[in-house]
Amino acid sequence: MPDELPKDLLFCAPLIAAMPDPALLVGADRRIVMVNAAARELFNAPLVGASALLYLRQPEVAEALEQALAGMATGNPPPQPLEARMIQTGASQDVVLRVRIAPLTDGLGHRAMLITLRDISQIEGASQQRRDFVANVSHEMRSPLTVLSGFIETLKGPARNDPEARTRFLDIMEAEANRMTRLVSDLLSLSRVEADERVRPRDPLSASKVLHDTLAALRPQIADAGLEVSLADLPDAPLIPGDRDQLQQVFHNLIENAIKYGGAGGRIEITVSHEEAPPGIGGPALRIAVRDFGEGIDAIHLPRLTERFYRADAHRARAKGGTGLGLAIVKHIVNRHRGRLSIRSTPGEGSCFSVLLPLQ
Amino acid sequence: MSDRMHIDQTFDDDLERIRELIQSMGGRVEEAITLAARALEARDADLAQSVIQGDRAIDALEEEVDQQAVRLLALRQPQAGDLRAVISVMKIAADLERLGDYAKNMAKRVPILANAPQIEGAGASIRRQARQVGQMLSDMLDSFARLDVTLAEDVIARDVEVDQMTNALFREFITHMMEDPRSISACLHYTFIAKNVERMGDHVTGAAEQVVFLATGTRPQDRPKGASTATIDVQPGQPR
Repeated sequence: MPDELPKDLLFCAPLIAAMPDPALLVGADRRIVMVNAAARELFNAPLVGASALLYLRQPEVAEALEQALAGMATGNPPPQPLEARMIQTGASQDVVLRVRIAPLTDGLGHRAMLITLRDISQIEGASQQRRDFVANVSHEMRSPLTVLSGFIETLKGPARNDPEARTRFLDIMEAEANRMTRLVSDLLSLSRVEADERVRPRDPLSASKVLHDTLAALRPQIADAGLEVSLADLPDAPLIPGDRDQLQQVFHNLIENAIKYGGAGGRIEITVSHEEAPPGIGGPALRIAVRDFGEGIDAIHLPRLTERFYRADAHRARAKGGTGLGLAIVKHIVNRHRGRLSIRSTPGEGSCFSVLLPLQ
Repeated sequence: MSDRMHIDQTFDDDLERIRELIQSMGGRVEEAITLAARALEARDADLAQSVIQGDRAIDALEEEVDQQAVRLLALRQPQAGDLRAVISVMKIAADLERLGDYAKNMAKRVPILANAPQIEGAGASIRRQARQVGQMLSDMLDSFARLDVTLAEDVIARDVEVDQMTNALFREFITHMMEDPRSISACLHYTFIAKNVERMGDHVTGAAEQVVFLATGTRPQDRPKGASTATIDVQPGQPR
């Protein structure tokens, strides 16, 4: 157990608690003496009392930490704060943190280190992401554009005086223009979701109410497809912290997918259930599952379904008007809610997409 | 372990030192996997070389874990949970060492593949597969740092995803080979890499099982299994 804190360092407590970035105070014996809530959240552990080396394992960071510790042991702490980069692999994207190790000394010769971690992934990841993204988007935009310009050419030339062909071509052109519109609006919502992915929404809301509203909005589509939708709601389900519009989009995308790709089964089952401590959440959560009885998805596609522009069956998805972004949006929103998306599917029996949303 | 301290704290301190070494080893292995996959995709032989050299540090750390663990066994003669803890860290260290070797093996193939005809998308597919394993490794190490059984069990459950990805990659490579015999040599290398990454997933799972064992004293239930790569069969002309 860590020794009692020297009085002078005790003064650090309110300062560390007030720091916006994750911060750890580490003693000369490499044990973590004090942390703020942001640090506990980042490492998802109580931290205090443990060796800092258990949590800062990446070579660059560990070396900087060892160097600072060695300096303190010999009475020559590094004059300047040490810096290192640390990468946390996340479910959807990596988080790059700049770790800063600053030596502290009080008037009585007690020594400690203040370790702060700042999220710099936006700066770091920006260029790589932009490259991938631009390549994909250009590809997705090009196909409807090719169709459009092809038909424009035909309408100006050979089909100039053919009213029948003109009507048919204009219908196709309209469909392609709609596809581009959907693509652009999906891109916009993806960028909005991503922008605040690390800011967890806090407003308490009723998931069932959002689910009911979403279903009501989708009624016409469900009726067109001739599907039967059953909703097994959980009476008096607890409220969850969430963003109403975004959760509505999650349910909308999942149900719409079930209609589009699982409609062959004739029915869709939606269930809301309560789970005490599902893996990966670390607390009670609400599970909302959308199950279809269509043809299912081959297991080889499952791990990649939430990637942008990945399609299990590219041809069919395009024909149904899919943009390839629906599940990517779902995943980002679920991440923002610190929840989990799980997909189970058996070819020939149907698929079940379920979202786990933590209650706290 | 901090909730059950010994009257003599030396054992706890020694064990914690070993756990620190494991974390440091794990950090290096994580980096090796990421860099090897990046080198493969970017056809960067220099980066690959640095991964190959970095493996020595991983081996040296395993050696040190072994020595310290044996010393702990000899001097403290731990019993029950303490004995379990020492044996688990030794097994985890062995798993990490194998992971490092697989990363090194991937790096060794980089210069050969850099000079072979390019297989479109292969590097990116391997990077995705390696990333999946890297995430499992990262979670395994986190679960080991805070003895988080739930997280360790989650890691074990995720091995199926790696198996599925491997199967998908095998199909992809076999299709390439059937379409263009000139790609066979490169595709064989990619196939071995994919199989090695799949094995990496098994070692991470093995280590996660040790974490469960360490924390609870019981073995986790049978882990789920994806279709075995041994059952892959692609017929000529099958659309993909």
